Amino acid sequence: MPHLENTVLCRESQVSTLQSLFGERHHFSFPSIFIYGHTASGKTYVTQTLLKTLELPHVFVNCVECFTLRLLLEQILNKLNHLSSSEGECSTQITCETFNDFVRLFKQITKAESLKDQTVYIVLDKAEYLRDMEAYLLPGFLRLQELTDRNVTVIFLSEIVWEKFRPNTGCFEPFVLYFPDYSIGNLQKILSHDHPPEYSADFYAAYINILLGVFYTVCRDLKELRHLAVLNFPKYCEPVVKGEASERDTRKLWRNIEPHLKKAMQTVYLREISSSQWEKLQKDDTDPGQLKGLSAYTHVELPYYSKFILIAAYLASYNPARTDKRFFLKHHGKIKKTNFLKKHEKTSNHLLGPKPFPLDRLLAILYSIVDSRVAPTANIFSQITSLVTLQLLTLVGHDDQLDGPKYKCTVSLDFIRAIARTVNFDIIKYLYDFL
Amino acid sequence: MATSSVSKGCFVFKPDFKKRKISVPIEDYFNKGKNESEDSKLRFETYQLIWQQMKSETERLQEELNKNLFDSLIEFLQKSHSGFQKNSRDWGCQIKLREIPTAALVLGVNVTDHDLTFRSLTEVLQNNVTPYVVSLQAKDCPDMKHFLQKLASQLMDCNVDVQSKEKESVQVTQKKIPYSMDSLSTWYMSVTQKTDVKMPRKKRTPSQWQSPPVVLILKDMESFTTKVLQDFIIISSQHLHEFPLILIFGIATSPVVVHRLLPHAVSSLLCIELFQSLSCKEHLTTVLDKLLLTTQFPFKLSEKVLQVLTNIFLYHDFSIQNFIKGLQLSLLEHFYSQPLSVLCCNLPEAKRRINFLSDNQCENIRRLPSFRRYVEKQASEKQVALLTNERFLKEETQSLLENLHVYHTNYFLVLRCLHQFTSSLPKYPLGRQIRELYCTCLEKNIQDSEEYASALQLLRMLAKDELMAMLQKCFKVFKSSSEKQLGNTAKRIEEFLAQFQSLDAEAKEEEEDTSESQSKGLQKTDLYHLQKSLLEMKELRRASKRQTKFEVLREQLVSFIDSLAREYLLLPETQPLHEVLYFSAAHTLRQHLNAAPRIALHTALNNPYYYLKNEALRSDEGCIPNVAPDICIAYKLHLECSRLINLVDWSEAFATVVTAAEKMDANSVTSEERNEIIQYPLKSLLQCPSKHTE
Repeated sequence: MPHLENTVLCRESQVSTLQSLFGERHHFSFPSIFIYGHTASGKTYVTQTLLKTLELPHVFVNCVECFTLRLLLEQILNKLNHLSSSEGECSTQITCETFNDFVRLFKQITKAESLKDQTVYIVLDKAEYLRDMEAYLLPGFLRLQELTDRNVTVIFLSEIVWEKFRPNTGCFEPFVLYFPDYSIGNLQKILSHDHPPEYSADFYAAYINILLGVFYTVCRDLKELRHLAVLNFPKYCEPVVKGEASERDTRKLWRNIEPHLKKAMQTVYLREISSSQWEKLQKDDTDPGQLKGLSAYTHVELPYYSKFILIAAYLASYNPARTDKRFFLKHHGKIKKTNFLKKHEKTSNHLLGPKPFPLDRLLAILYSIVDSRVAPTANIFSQITSLVTLQLLTLVGHDDQLDGPKYKCTVSLDFIRAIARTVNFDIIKYLYDFL
Repeated sequence: MATSSVSKGCFVFKPDFKKRKISVPIEDYFNKGKNESEDSKLRFETYQLIWQQMKSETERLQEELNKNLFDSLIEFLQKSHSGFQKNSRDWGCQIKLREIPTAALVLGVNVTDHDLTFRSLTEVLQNNVTPYVVSLQAKDCPDMKHFLQKLASQLMDCNVDVQSKEKESVQVTQKKIPYSMDSLSTWYMSVTQKTDVKMPRKKRTPSQWQSPPVVLILKDMESFTTKVLQDFIIISSQHLHEFPLILIFGIATSPVVVHRLLPHAVSSLLCIELFQSLSCKEHLTTVLDKLLLTTQFPFKLSEKVLQVLTNIFLYHDFSIQNFIKGLQLSLLEHFYSQPLSVLCCNLPEAKRRINFLSDNQCENIRRLPSFRRYVEKQASEKQVALLTNERFLKEETQSLLENLHVYHTNYFLVLRCLHQFTSSLPKYPLGRQIRELYCTCLEKNIQDSEEYASALQLLRMLAKDELMAMLQKCFKVFKSSSEKQLGNTAKRIEEFLAQFQSLDAEAKEEEEDTSESQSKGLQKTDLYHLQKSLLEMKELRRASKRQTKFEVLREQLVSFIDSLAREYLLLPETQPLHEVLYFSAAHTLRQHLNAAPRIALHTALNNPYYYLKNEALRSDEGCIPNVAPDICIAYKLHLECSRLINLVDWSEAFATVVTAAEKMDANSVTSEERNEIIQYPLKSLLQCPSKHTE
């Protein structure tokens, strides 16, 4: 298969294993094969190209798309039906509600001439989603050959190891095949493979080499690397296009591209700046530092009382309720930290995360930190609710009608400090952890 | 509607649809059960007219303010679509990751306003970009199935709008909405192919695009569950080549939320660009500027009312919609409660209406405090005429109204002028926004306030170019208004400008002077002598500290501004007949807009007379009337105990209070009644639960 070797790189051993598993067309294959490996390790690509080039009857289904049992089964059956019936025939949509129906209908369809006497392959991509569906589904697919009494093989593709799939009721063990991560050499080879037609392969390979040198430490995702390669290639070519350097002048080219790639790592790779914006920047040749990324806009403008409600919620979340007296009562007497510090509270409350607090405590703190008198109006209550919808507060466990609602404050210390600064409130002075 | 239930509880009665609704024309509510003479109908019509004008003005403003944002959004959408068109021709396009173009739209925390923005956005997009605009809310999509179902049903609805009847038959048969991406993309293919055939026949607005993109607006990004969003993005990125999707995230807080909701694997499928809407504070300033700081609308707010409305905005919700609602309420309240508000319309119309005023209304005018004050200042025969002669009164009212109109015209001009001068002073003694200045001016005589004094002090220290810039702006303000009254002032300002410009030459000469004196001082090298000479120079300078020409001119300018403010920025309360135009019932407004549920509950339970208005319930402090509703008695008894309450004691006390009076009447309590008594405390226990959990 010289064609296959050209299209599938660096996966020779896996391909040969699969090929030997598949055997001849009419041979019964292993009932179920489980292929796993990290993101972008070529699982889907290898399986798909293999099945296509060998022209085996197969159905390819992505489990993310089929989020209900019915969708999944119907999609498999409809695609199979499409395979078995000749081109012109537009068959009706099959409806299938249960796995039992599926087995019955599957038998019916595979009776067709075109599917007879050869192995039918069902590929379930992103198989980890099967675990969230009905419990019998996975064991059922594993034993599909046995259940339908047909020559069928189910191939599961997943990023998770098989051990995480195994149901505790026991099941048929599939053949497990591991796709290891690509090494840096492999990546270099694969990325260099798709060089643009205008430039020589060597020139592009040199570029890929530089790219990998920058990005390999943070990203080994082939898809992402390829995306980045395409995105930054015009910048690399720039000196060549302008005539300032020849294609072989690697040093000069490297000096040109390296800082650029580093900037890309901080911005476009993290999706702080969209790739189209990045391309535009390259074209205009402006400094990417001017364009602020998504994370630069952390400032949130809030109404005056909302700020105080948020501050009160933060205090209530991170201070033990016992200490409220010390912070918010005018004549609390002299309570030193050592006196009211309990042993288990020595660990920072900020490390433990926010604790839930009742609404009344929030209001009590609010009244004591706002300078002017605040009436408990409907506006205040609706502000609390709107803070919940903004996900700055979260409501916890409000099942009991008798108890008042309880909340948690989900904002970070930096965020609340920025908020407190705008209203001239020194929040650090009121936090138990910083006493 | 009786129920035959053993338990006491709440029962829901669905309204009886057979009963015909008694439709009262709205203007009848204005009657207040009084006589017709107060022009209630006319008042209502005036209200409606003014409100319509204000509403259309705000809508126009909204459109104007959103225009920038929408334009850039549309540009982005069109651009992102163009890449889709020329797909797979370019080498790069083939290999690059297929990213879903995404606009992150940061709208601010005023969630109530977002609906309106999205509605107009949808409209704009449908007119300019694509007929397929769908908006989803988080609460509609708890899982993938609902998400896709909603998307599909809305998409297909969109299509019905565009294409007329031919498709309807298909739509009807399509009872079950498909909820897979597959069916969606096949649907999309079929629809776009159909329109392709139609293209030559019918020119569509988003022309030359054979496959218009599908825009999906997620209104409240924060509330979406991570899983649904992730799965949807993964699925749609796989179908992107056949289903050109564009996402718009409506973000209320900050764009960081995108990273919080989506892991890198998913956000790498998006091509996110950020769009930021105008800050809502600026929005408020424009709305105020265009609605209140103008003579276009006769209706005005008093300081207290304005304060209530802006406070609700700034302290509570940041919502323009609510602010405008509040404005509407005050407008309505004004026309409802003030009989003379019939004159609150444009000047010629008001003059005409004065002629038709009834005797009663004339009496109302005489009763106005501001009018009474005005009368007292007049000569005695004029006083008599005003109080007895209707015709004379009407004529006088006409001239007074005209004065009021002129007062406003001048007032706003001078206010804007003063704002130009004070808005850029350090520390903003009179506020940065014109609304703050307006509020202070309404509240008290601005000339007497400390802030005003310090602002003038600061003005006296400004440099020339700053002053010139301010004058320039001021001149523009006066130029833009066509009013003649203050034409003189505009001329004065122009003169000032010219004088400042002519100063340049003189300034140079002075500089030479100072340099000469400095060179003289630096001749000696001895430290002692140097010190001495420096001291001498200092003395000399202090003594000869005469004002430069610039300083004189600056002083003149400041006093000119001061005189303007003194002359024109008078309190509205000093103007006769101001009650006609100014709404001042801040208390009513606060009651309506700033409800206090806890306080209201407490009052109802503690003092039932407040709401029930039954004379029998009127009671002194501290005693519990036995005629009060049982729940009030129970609540009061519960208040008497400090923290914990014993159920038995409570019901005992309750029984004592209730039966005390009845024993006096020699009426024995039947067993049924007693039963009820025992049940009440249990019910009230449920109603004030927070007190009992401790």
